[in-house]
Amino acid sequence: MADNSTNTLNEPTRTQKNLLAQLEIDTRLLGMVGAFVVLCLVFNFLTDGRFLTPRNIFNLTIQTVSVAIMATGMVFVIVTRNIDLSVGSLLATCSAMMAMTQTLVAPQWLGLELGHGMIAPISIGVGLVTGIVIGAFHGWLVGYLTIPAFIVTLGGLFVWRNVAWHLTGGQTIGPLDQNFQSFGGINGTLGVTGSWIFGVIAVAFALYGLYSARRAKLRHDFPVKPVWAELVIAAIVVVAILGFVAILNAYEIPTRRLQRMFEARGEVMPEGFTTGYGIPYSVLILIVVAVVMTLVAQKTRLGRYIFAFGGNPEAAQLSGIRTRSLIVKVFMIVGILCAISAIVASARQTFHSNDIGTLDELRVIAAAVIGGTALSGGLGTIYGAILGALIMQSLQSGMAMVGVDAPYQNIVVGIVLVLAVYIDILYRKRTGS
Amino acid sequence: MADVIDRSGTPLIELRNMSKAFGGIRAVDDVTIDLFGGEVVGVLGHNGAGKSVLMKMLSGALPRDSGEIYINGQKADINNPRDARKYNIETIYQYLALADNLDAASNLFLGRELTTPVGLVDDAAMEAETRKIMGRLTPNFRRFSTPVAGLSGGQRQSVAISRAVYFNAKILIMDEPTAALGVEETAMVAELIDELKKQGIGIFLIDHDIHQVKNLCDRASVMKNGKLVGTVEVDKVSEDDILGMIILGKKPEMAA
Repeated sequence: MADNSTNTLNEPTRTQKNLLAQLEIDTRLLGMVGAFVVLCLVFNFLTDGRFLTPRNIFNLTIQTVSVAIMATGMVFVIVTRNIDLSVGSLLATCSAMMAMTQTLVAPQWLGLELGHGMIAPISIGVGLVTGIVIGAFHGWLVGYLTIPAFIVTLGGLFVWRNVAWHLTGGQTIGPLDQNFQSFGGINGTLGVTGSWIFGVIAVAFALYGLYSARRAKLRHDFPVKPVWAELVIAAIVVVAILGFVAILNAYEIPTRRLQRMFEARGEVMPEGFTTGYGIPYSVLILIVVAVVMTLVAQKTRLGRYIFAFGGNPEAAQLSGIRTRSLIVKVFMIVGILCAISAIVASARQTFHSNDIGTLDELRVIAAAVIGGTALSGGLGTIYGAILGALIMQSLQSGMAMVGVDAPYQNIVVGIVLVLAVYIDILYRKRTGS
Repeated sequence: MADVIDRSGTPLIELRNMSKAFGGIRAVDDVTIDLFGGEVVGVLGHNGAGKSVLMKMLSGALPRDSGEIYINGQKADINNPRDARKYNIETIYQYLALADNLDAASNLFLGRELTTPVGLVDDAAMEAETRKIMGRLTPNFRRFSTPVAGLSGGQRQSVAISRAVYFNAKILIMDEPTAALGVEETAMVAELIDELKKQGIGIFLIDHDIHQVKNLCDRASVMKNGKLVGTVEVDKVSEDDILGMIILGKKPEMAA
């Protein structure tokens, strides 16, 4: 940050750059991926190879989805120098609204019989509207009435948890609609062929993205990285996507369950037939959320303003950005994401319970922060938050598999959170960013 | 400044009877000043004299309690920074109002992003435009894709000035533009002000440095305790006269 930067031209000749710089890989991302890989290998060793099985990886991904979805929204909240302590409670209220829609509104008010095809879409719509409205309300309190977000959402933490309780009379509501349950994870997957098709489409999109980014740079005569570096990155992306699909496909559906599935369709299962689960719908939802949120963050005015506001609220306002409505939009996004998480979370446990999403606010904040979102605002990435959620979940379920008692698990998670932020501070000091 | 400015016609901008109070304190009290095209008017006064508040009412950053703004004789309705931008009023702030975490192009286009046909921000196009405009103002600037937090004061200021130039400012408000700058960079800004004057842009310059005011400004409007002490042509008064206006609130005898 010193004045000598005036003289150094920031484009040293390419030959001086080391390998990583030539690939233009975010070293921070690399560090997180590295930490995650080490973590997985250690647990795999401690559990005699049970940690890195298709089955466990499958479970790990579906356990991560709910927190990861909300964490992407928390990034925006923290980037704008706010905090949201109410996401777990908001999730519970959305879940309660959807559960009551399925068990009370649809059958008794609308007269839809059990298992009717419209039950899932209607209740999901109700959940999303609930999330948006409550989020907008939080945003209005923070942005227009200038009540600190900490206070608004601390209040929300109490209010929405107990609104959920009120809605259900404190009862557990279930089982939820069959179609609705398919968003929970194991009860709804793409299947082997569908997953491969999805993987190939994803690869095509990723390669097109890399190609068009390079073409845009060339069109304006900007420096581009060497072709071999582009190819290496493309190869990594392709292997990562297809590898992920292959692992999820490798987790085979148990024979008993397959037989029941065939029976349900009125067919007889061929002898020796096996197939894998493939990508769960819930993971698909997370992928869509991640792509959309990344697009919003990097490629839309809204995202640009969110980060500008986080970097310098006054500059944002002086630039003519409507900062108050910006805050409302950020909290609305979180509201929508809480509703989506509510779908996944309640569908995964197949019923709505009073304690659904309890302490999720802390997991979500921890995921965002481990993922490199700075509480001082202006800094944070969507992929970081998702990786943060994945690291937290791996840590927790890894320790559970090793046989660490729950209290000790939480002690470790707490220490890791603080340590991760400290390492991030050191990293930022060294790189000066 | 030797150039003679024609002040017979309609002023480029007129602030009439502007007032603004914070609680019981009248930060700006019934102030009327004007500015012609191709002219630099210094707005002077102690800290707390109300000069920044007056300028913020013009730039839309602060709503005014009363008063009217006329641009080329037409009444202008300025209630927020977006309105001000519509009238081609650009502001360069003392504390370098940039978002530190964004790069030069994002800052330059902040609030007015170039977009692709589908409505996404077009970073490549914005960087290309930024390279063009900044290449003219500061030819050896290269750090287009790093956050501006890593830039020097002068480089940051040149981002802010580039923004004003790029969007065709007609009226420029500069709030101590050289306060954070070194000697060389200050000279660069002074040169730039001259350049902008020649293009017929009117500039309000808030500055504490009397010497600089004598050098750069055509007229000076001095404020004290929220009130306008008076407006003088800087060539017709001495530095001491101006100091007297600032410190004592005393208007010199022969003032214009």
